[in-house]
Amino acid sequence: MRQEMGLAAVRCMSCGLVAYPASAGPCLRCTASALEPVTATGDGTIWSYTVQRFAPKSPPYEIPADGFQPFVVAYVETADGIRIEGIVDGADPDQVRIGQLVHLTSTADVPRYRIADDSAGGRND
Amino acid sequence: MTDVSIIGVGLSRFGRQPALTGRQLAVQAVHAALDDAGIAWPDVQAAYGGSDASGLADTLVTDLGLTGIPFTNVRNGCATGGSALVAGYHAIRSGAADVVLALGFDKHPRGAFDPMPGDWGLPDAVGSAGLMVTTQFFATKIQRYMHDHGITSATLALVAEKAYHNGSINPSAWRREALTAAEVLSSGMVNDPLTRFMFCSPGEGGAAVVLAPSDRAGRFASRPVRIRGAVTRTRLFGSFEVFSPWLPPGELSSVSTLAAHGAFEMAGIGPEEVDVAQLQDTDSGAEIMHLSECGFCADGEQEKWLRDRATHIGGRLPVNTDGGCIANGEPIGASGLRQIHEVVTQLRGGAGARQVPNGPKVGFTHVYGAPGVSACTVLAV
Repeated sequence: MRQEMGLAAVRCMSCGLVAYPASAGPCLRCTASALEPVTATGDGTIWSYTVQRFAPKSPPYEIPADGFQPFVVAYVETADGIRIEGIVDGADPDQVRIGQLVHLTSTADVPRYRIADDSAGGRND
Repeated sequence: MTDVSIIGVGLSRFGRQPALTGRQLAVQAVHAALDDAGIAWPDVQAAYGGSDASGLADTLVTDLGLTGIPFTNVRNGCATGGSALVAGYHAIRSGAADVVLALGFDKHPRGAFDPMPGDWGLPDAVGSAGLMVTTQFFATKIQRYMHDHGITSATLALVAEKAYHNGSINPSAWRREALTAAEVLSSGMVNDPLTRFMFCSPGEGGAAVVLAPSDRAGRFASRPVRIRGAVTRTRLFGSFEVFSPWLPPGELSSVSTLAAHGAFEMAGIGPEEVDVAQLQDTDSGAEIMHLSECGFCADGEQEKWLRDRATHIGGRLPVNTDGGCIANGEPIGASGLRQIHEVVTQLRGGAGARQVPNGPKVGFTHVYGAPGVSACTVLAV
């Protein structure tokens, strides 16, 4: 059973909102100043996505060592209901769909995900 | 509180003009607006202006004249022109000045914008990983909207086709060649689902507007247009904006809805009374979503509206009759005031080949910019 990776987030001690990334506050929903660090669920489903088909301007973009390849940018909706912006690695850009399950694999630079093995394809109505 | 009118509007040509600097485009626009009002620079009592990438507007006094007036720089992303107008509006309304200039201009280099994460309060990794790209936001937002409300790519293409048609009959526009919806769809994906020709490009141009109290507006050279509503807003919790590392749960709000509602409330009218509109069309999808966000139609109705040509020049609500950002390009500082220039021209009956028929009386403008700013006006004759 794979170990699920979480996200370093904060929870508001007044209204309970889980927010990302972790910040010193205030709570953006209720303005309370007391936030506690929490690990939020990382895995989720693709809420929306696009494909970055052209190399962004450098700086600030750092072109990968083996050259630019189109990559998938997605907002991933987790069990907390929040949507996290990240990059979906290893996906065929033309096969990505809203609703696909993804696993969080890294938060070293920005949240990075991989399509779950058992996610044949999401809803695309 | 003083009622405010627009007494002059001016525009430079939009599009690549290698022989002119951004400052020169700004000065052209100012002179055109002053001529339209029948006044000279020494008559201006206060100015508000901005550019995103072409320098400080207030330094233009060396080209316009040193008259000692207050000249405030405005920087609100793509909403800059709208913010400048609203600031000028309040200067008249408060009695601080009787003749006010609002100015916006920009001259961007080729290619996409290259915002730096630090400027937006974001960590460097967001930039190095390739997420500081404004087009990603518009693409992910319309992608979800299409999923939720049944909008098709064909409709996105129709918006762009309309823009290029309107640009082809607008002598000031950048893109003067009409393109078909098929050509738009096959122009290559930039950020799915948006193709190259569905996007505006960073561009060049200047636009200026002169304001005066309404009870004196009839004394100037051109037909005045009343400002019945002028509002800027920033976002509330729960909105989906450019460069959002996350979105909260639940239904998402829109700063454009907030600004439009404020402008209509100020004007005392509803969207159904608008005869001609300018809605931020950074890309086709933005124009589609702003139609519903500003209250003109329900989510999903845009499919039928575009099929019925409702937003074309002869339709029930002509939108972006000058070709919008798609055909004029997006010189960030100028666009909000280009929109005002076009609506004023339409309300005055001076739009020539692109004139909305049957004497439009009420106009509406909407700009939206990062990090979540919108400015809307309601104008009337």
